[in-house]
Amino acid sequence: MKKFLTLVVSAGVVSAGAMMIAGVAQAATLDDVNARGYLQCGVSQGLPGFSNADDNGNWTGIDVDLCRGVAAAIFGDANKVRFTPLSAKQRFTALSSGEIDILSRNTTWTMTRDTQLGLNFAGVNYYDGQGLMVPSGLGITSVSELDGANICTNTGTTTELNITDYFRANNMSFELIAFEKADEVVAAYDAGRCDVYTTDRSGLAAQRTKLTNPDAHVVLPEILTKVPLGPVVRQGDDQWFNIVRWSLNAMINAEELGVTQANVGSMMGSNNPSIARLLGDEGNFGEELGLGNDWAANIIKAVGNYGESYDKHITPLGLARGVNALWNEGGILYAAPIR
Amino acid sequence: MKISELFSYLNDDRVRRIIAQVSLAGFVVFCFWWLITNTSQNLDQLNKTIGFDFLFQNAGFQIAPTLGTWLFSYEVGSSTYWDIYLIGIINTLLIAVLGIFAATIIGFLIGIMRLSNNLIFRSFATVYIEVLRNIPLLLQLFFWYFTVLRSLPDKRGKIDLIPGAISVNLEGLFLPYPIWHSGAGFAGIVLLVATIATMFMRRKSKNRQLLTGHPLPIWRITATIFAAAILMILVSVGIPMEWSQPTFIETGSVIKRGFDKTTAILVIPEMLAVWFALTLYTAAFIAENVRSGILAVSKGQAEAASSLGLSSGQTLRLVVIPQALRVIVPPLTSQYLNLTKNSSLAVAIAYPELVSIFAGTAMNQVGKEIEMFFMMMMVYLTFSLLTSAFMNWFNHRSKLAER
Repeated sequence: MKKFLTLVVSAGVVSAGAMMIAGVAQAATLDDVNARGYLQCGVSQGLPGFSNADDNGNWTGIDVDLCRGVAAAIFGDANKVRFTPLSAKQRFTALSSGEIDILSRNTTWTMTRDTQLGLNFAGVNYYDGQGLMVPSGLGITSVSELDGANICTNTGTTTELNITDYFRANNMSFELIAFEKADEVVAAYDAGRCDVYTTDRSGLAAQRTKLTNPDAHVVLPEILTKVPLGPVVRQGDDQWFNIVRWSLNAMINAEELGVTQANVGSMMGSNNPSIARLLGDEGNFGEELGLGNDWAANIIKAVGNYGESYDKHITPLGLARGVNALWNEGGILYAAPIR
Repeated sequence: MKISELFSYLNDDRVRRIIAQVSLAGFVVFCFWWLITNTSQNLDQLNKTIGFDFLFQNAGFQIAPTLGTWLFSYEVGSSTYWDIYLIGIINTLLIAVLGIFAATIIGFLIGIMRLSNNLIFRSFATVYIEVLRNIPLLLQLFFWYFTVLRSLPDKRGKIDLIPGAISVNLEGLFLPYPIWHSGAGFAGIVLLVATIATMFMRRKSKNRQLLTGHPLPIWRITATIFAAAILMILVSVGIPMEWSQPTFIETGSVIKRGFDKTTAILVIPEMLAVWFALTLYTAAFIAENVRSGILAVSKGQAEAASSLGLSSGQTLRLVVIPQALRVIVPPLTSQYLNLTKNSSLAVAIAYPELVSIFAGTAMNQVGKEIEMFFMMMMVYLTFSLLTSAFMNWFNHRSKLAER
């Protein structure tokens, strides 16, 4: 009996462990969110411009705005969202296990992640590229001078793969030192453990502010690879996927149509049919998503359009719109129309 | 059947036991069924499959140079996720073994110091234990890592610990490696024979002491045997090895300056920091175990030993510690297990151990959470069971022979 009990207890412990991985059978995400009364959003552990908490624990950034937008679309209240800071390493497990509903954490869209990891990228909210930063004292001006370098970066990122590809393709040697959290990468680079710090160029601009002497470092001109960043959801729930995708599209379309946080009220009843469809005066686009028809109006009231969000969070980092401008203003930002 | 009969049946002890067992078994089966169906349903929904094929895919990322990458000659493009797994195991094992070794020595010293009659020793040990035991390990890890980093010159500078041989800078600790010449095998065999001979003489000395009370002059015998062995090697093959000369490059490309890594063994600072932190932290706990073990030996034992004329060192070594060990060893085992499991915190400072490279980088590329966590749990389980088995064996040996 004692042996049997031991067996039972150990089996119980094993199953409990495995249950944490298995999670509870997933119903429709929208129903879960509605029943819970708030949205769970996975963000970074602190990346100025994208998702960063201030002294009072208020999260800001364009990734945060997207989550607030989705919350506004569902509840009409942008504050009904809880943020979970995640390391690059934890993020996908947190999403697949149902701990969060949306991963909005400057995450690179790649094919493996779409196919092998069981995820869906709902769009791109920032077109980035991988860059390299070096102390200006070294006198380095180009990536080609980096043969033999020690390079610091984050573990569990595409950055690790891209830098490896680049150095291999160019027959250059290097050592990679990969930390779990961005703060440690910055601290180690600042201490001189590495010659180079590599991550997305927007990340370099943001993390640079944390260095002892930000002006003593230069970002090299080369862009190693393209890095499209966007919000991610689990596969297998098309309705939820659509809600996230169209919340982002609504923000981009609003900028294109000139609907802003300030004028969204007066734009109601506009005779421009595109604006009327966006704001729910015409058609029942919101209902088709499982939301109210004022879903997009609520998003814009809460966080503004894409351009406003960008100006508020990314522009202060010194990053111009560049490719992230609208398609009709010289950029590549092009949202499918609401019709 | 009457109601009263049913109740008397249910009151039967045997029946109750069977009912309890059957329902428990049923519950366990249900748990497993629920778990398996639920997991597979969730995975289906995510369009994921279960399988270990990913182990044979190429891993397209670089890993910092460590014992693991050297042993398996890790190379991006040809090495697979299976190699990553093995490298992670080796690196975890390395830190566990080094940590256990150092923590045991420091722990014993501190534990004995804590009971010393010397005020300075005693206070030092008390402060050491209270400070290190009460600060979270992760903070200590960061402390050591960033203290080490901030106090060293970058790779274009160096601090010579032994000029021409051992140096240190931000890239790590550079040690010379031995280069063997012909005759090294012969020298090895001679030294092995000498070691076996001394062990044999020691046993003989012990037996003689038990029989007659007079041991052999064992230190003189050992010295003679080894002197003879070394003389024999020098005469027949000379010195069959030399140390590599770490070369420091001070000219050329600014990135390539620093030590030439082919001329030295490189111990990365991440590994040193993990080793320091785990060792010093665990040593504080071991010291307390040692103290309690020594205190558990009745004072009369030490008094009897000194009245027999044993010196205080001899009393400790021959009388107190052997008896204290039976109290020390069981909790020591759990400290060893803790140290091994705590090594997974090393991911925070980029030491490439199992959790960092396998559950971190690799899992983010292939997304096989269940399979990979299962593989990792097996590794830690195996480590822990092996450590326990060894310590149980040792405990069995060191416990009092009860007659």
